Amino acid sequence: MTAPLLDSLPYARFLGLRTQLNGDALTVVMPFADHLIGNPMLPALHGGSTAALLEMTAVAQVSLSYPRLRLPRPINVTVAYLRSGKPADVFAHARINKAGRRVAYVVAEAWQETRDQPIASLTAHFLLDDNDNAT
Amino acid sequence: MTDQFLTTLLPQLASGAAHTHALGFQYEGLDADRVRLRVPYRADLVGDPETGVLAGGLVTTLLDHVGGLAVWVGLKTYQPIATLDLRVDYMRAAIPGRDLIAEARCYRLTRSIGFVRAWAFEDDPADPVAAAQSAYVISAEGDHRAGANLRAKSSRTAGDAA
Repeated sequence: MTAPLLDSLPYARFLGLRTQLNGDALTVVMPFADHLIGNPMLPALHGGSTAALLEMTAVAQVSLSYPRLRLPRPINVTVAYLRSGKPADVFAHARINKAGRRVAYVVAEAWQETRDQPIASLTAHFLLDDNDNAT
Repeated sequence: MTDQFLTTLLPQLASGAAHTHALGFQYEGLDADRVRLRVPYRADLVGDPETGVLAGGLVTTLLDHVGGLAVWVGLKTYQPIATLDLRVDYMRAAIPGRDLIAEARCYRLTRSIGFVRAWAFEDDPADPVAAAQSAYVISAEGDHRAGANLRAKSSRTAGDAA
């Protein structure tokens, strides 16, 4: 049910994201593509594409674990860049550290060769409320 | 030389790489130490198809990139830089169908780090869609040489040790 979720989001399609579901946990893959390159000299992925992968992974994991009528909306995100992204596939995983009635706090990591060498990590708050814009 | 960097190279750095080109980023110019970047609205950049609002990840990318431009404006020359850390607050949804503009200012520059604030809006910087605070590492001479990411892991380890 989650693979169709990211497939239905235009920006996830732009990034070419694919989802794998293992039990309750998602792994999202961003297969390497030339249009993800931000530094053609190194060459390296654009940090923004990695950040967007992390954010989409968090959105997908939250909407899988805490289904609502609307998608979770980001309140804030913080990304730490740990290694430059090589021209290769990137994998991402998100963990929901706390989910209340309105807000979820999520930590996500992206990696390439091995999971214990992440290239970036994200912490983010998402609004879960369906009726935020009603007032 | 400085003028030439700002008028010739900076616009290329704004949209010349594959990712920024694919996203349609457009250099919007410089006002003192504030630099602007535009992303025209496009349906394939939307996060939630039910609302038509541009994706948060796109706004993050725009703010990351305009912040890098602000560091280069502060340096007044091209030096390789890398985003160290980026925090984005999303104040409200972007208006569907409207272009987004991002503006950034490097308010502190040390030998190794550029500290930046940036914000994104449709018309009025005082009514932002999102705001960012970020830090960029300015590469030392010899770091990040062309092709550095293509070297095999073993040879890179050897190079680092040398």
